[in-house]
Amino acid sequence: MEMKERIYMISAIVEHKPGVLYSVSNMFRRRGFNIESISVGESEQSDLARMTITMKGDEATVEQVVKQLKKLISVIKVSILDSENTVARELALIKVNTPDARVRSDVINYTEIFKGHIVDVAHESLIIEITGDTDKINAFIELMKPFGVREIARTGIAALQRGMRSVKME
Amino acid sequence: MPRMSGAKALIESLKREKAEVIFGIPGGAILPVYDVLYDSDIKHILMRHEQCAAHAADGYARASGKVGVCMSTSGPGATNLVTGIANAYMDSSPIVAITGQVPRPFIGKDAFQETDIVGITTPITKCNFQVRSTAEIPKIVKTAFYIASTGRPGPVLIDLPKDTQTEEDEMNFDERIEFRGYRPTYDPHPLQVEKAVQLLIQAERPIIVAGGGVKASNACSDLVALAETLLAPVATTLMGKGVIPEDHPLSVGMLGMHGTVAANHLVQDADVLLAVGMRFSDRSTGNIKAFCPDGKIIHIDIDSSEIGKNIKSHVPIVADAKRALQSIRNRLIQKFNKKERSTWLNRMQTLKNIHEEMIKSVGDGIKPPALMVEVRKMLPNDAIVTTEVGQNQMWAALYLKAYKPRTFISSGGLGTMGFGFPAALGAKVACPEVPVVDIAGDGSFLMTEQDLASSIAWKIPVIVVILNNSVLGMVAQWQRLFYNRRYSAVDLKRIPDFVKLAESYGAQGSRVQSIEEFRGAFKEAINSDVSTVIDVPISPEENVMPMVPPGNTLKDLILS
Ligand SMILES: Cc1ncc(C[n+]2csc(CCOP(=O)(O)OP(=O)(O)O)c2C)c(N)n1
Ligand SMILES: [Mg+2]
Repeated sequence: MEMKERIYMISAIVEHKPGVLYSVSNMFRRRGFNIESISVGESEQSDLARMTITMKGDEATVEQVVKQLKKLISVIKVSILDSENTVARELALIKVNTPDARVRSDVINYTEIFKGHIVDVAHESLIIEITGDTDKINAFIELMKPFGVREIARTGIAALQRGMRSVKME
Repeated sequence: MPRMSGAKALIESLKREKAEVIFGIPGGAILPVYDVLYDSDIKHILMRHEQCAAHAADGYARASGKVGVCMSTSGPGATNLVTGIANAYMDSSPIVAITGQVPRPFIGKDAFQETDIVGITTPITKCNFQVRSTAEIPKIVKTAFYIASTGRPGPVLIDLPKDTQTEEDEMNFDERIEFRGYRPTYDPHPLQVEKAVQLLIQAERPIIVAGGGVKASNACSDLVALAETLLAPVATTLMGKGVIPEDHPLSVGMLGMHGTVAANHLVQDADVLLAVGMRFSDRSTGNIKAFCPDGKIIHIDIDSSEIGKNIKSHVPIVADAKRALQSIRNRLIQKFNKKERSTWLNRMQTLKNIHEEMIKSVGDGIKPPALMVEVRKMLPNDAIVTTEVGQNQMWAALYLKAYKPRTFISSGGLGTMGFGFPAALGAKVACPEVPVVDIAGDGSFLMTEQDLASSIAWKIPVIVVILNNSVLGMVAQWQRLFYNRRYSAVDLKRIPDFVKLAESYGAQGSRVQSIEEFRGAFKEAINSDVSTVIDVPISPEENVMPMVPPGNTLKDLILS
């Protein structure tokens, strides 16, 4: 019985203290789970952080990941997000070469179409800030490649469930 | 709130947790704690190697069911504990390890004897702590003991920077501990219990496979009661040995790579398999794809991550073993009163007879299975047996019956040579009234024999029975069976004279050449008030049988 692999998003509420990211990432490494991205930041409660993890795998693997996460004492709550009812966003900063005015105006046009922002302007380059789901960001990066992408920094996905559903401490 | 140093607060906290004994070795970064210990009524047993301190704490925990405590300095002291901590983690044994650390301002500076022991032990502890402010010591100790001993038990480490040991602060010993990320599920879900009961009612060939979790939740009598109601044979894992008395008519011994004929065949043929407090380790299941091929599996474990990790079960139950077994039985007796199950149980008896025949092996010299039977005969039922790792361990597991829980102590998950002897010392400290015997291999014993010194110094008399084949026997067995007898690096050639070795420590030593001689020496050892090492020469050519060659199913046993 072959199980289908796909991308899963996992939301975890964890204690906001030193060593927690280490124990989570160490668990992934030691058990051979592959994470695509992980983002961490303060949550609605200042002593708790929210981790959003995306990973590729089959259903059984993801279930194991959730259980292994729950087993960590510093991890408080874990859920698999269902993509239909989830808002998932990533932010990317992209530095693009703009050797002349023509390129520069092309890049600015594309940025507008993608609802990005120019956040830094230099003589030979621009930095663009863009948010969206992973596909949108990938598409934008592909579009920029011919101009010469110098650097990319991506945050990884942050996600919340829509409406009244939530992964939070009661 | 009383004001005191961190070191005092640590010892006060340990007392409040009812810790009676610490196994350890001091050093620079833990000196302030040892200074407080100097006039404390907590007993400290000075070991000769930190690995032994951890194993002794582990043996103490396994024998008593209480949390074992070990302690070391920073750096090499802490890293020497690591094997013992990993061992306790794999076998779910509750210990608290306390390590000294360099003072806070030095952390991260590669100071003398600084080691990132919290980083090192993260994957081999249930959780670990580094004290950051002195006032949190009471709370951390309380939390550590609670986590180590509840849910699925396991080791917890506390790393204490030296300046938190000396600094004084107000200490609150009554602070409540709360856990947001730790709430073991104790009660089984009624729906799952119902599903399990349905399966069990319909079963024609039921079997129970019990692991160490049954012992951890004190569910042994509930297990036996359920087995008797169901008329189901009970196989155990290595960790589960003793959860059903092995002379019980329904006990079929250990399953797995060196399982009994009965356990392995019945597990494969069962139509319903109730697994409780066990984790389907590869050593227990053989080829997992062909494990219990026609059976429906009910899996009870308190650790939900064990459910579905190695095998997919039909009815998973996340719960404390005792409560789950009780719930199942309570529901079952309302609906079910089978009085006989003759075909299945006759089959069990026929297979069990094969096992008894295997003990009667013939030939020259002392045969290990017969020796194990002899050891059992001479020991009271509540005596504790520990083992080293290798052939000695499997002979003991197969042929030395355990009649009570916590009387058979062995390194299962990690398979740590050198565990048995220090674990025996820990067990003897926990249960001074009963004889404690380490069934040892020559190779294993040489890994931790230095603690004969602490056994003499602290008057902890145990008996070491060395199955002396002058080889790393289990490795040699694999080379004999699967590597065309190419004996690479297994001949121990120059082993010491174990009799003289024992005597040089002030222990007793004897060497026996026959079962009769063994009887005499063993009897003397049981009555001795110092440790005794009995050297039992055996042939290096012996194989532990039965054996399932790696990759095979449990039924593909070789018998000789
Ligand atoms: C610390 C450690 N090192 C290596 C091994 C691999 N190993 C497993 S069994 C064994 C041989 C054990 O020899 P001995 O203690 O003499 O026992 P025997 O098998 O001869 O009874 C070895 C080397 C191990 N389990 N643990
Ligand atoms: Mg040997």
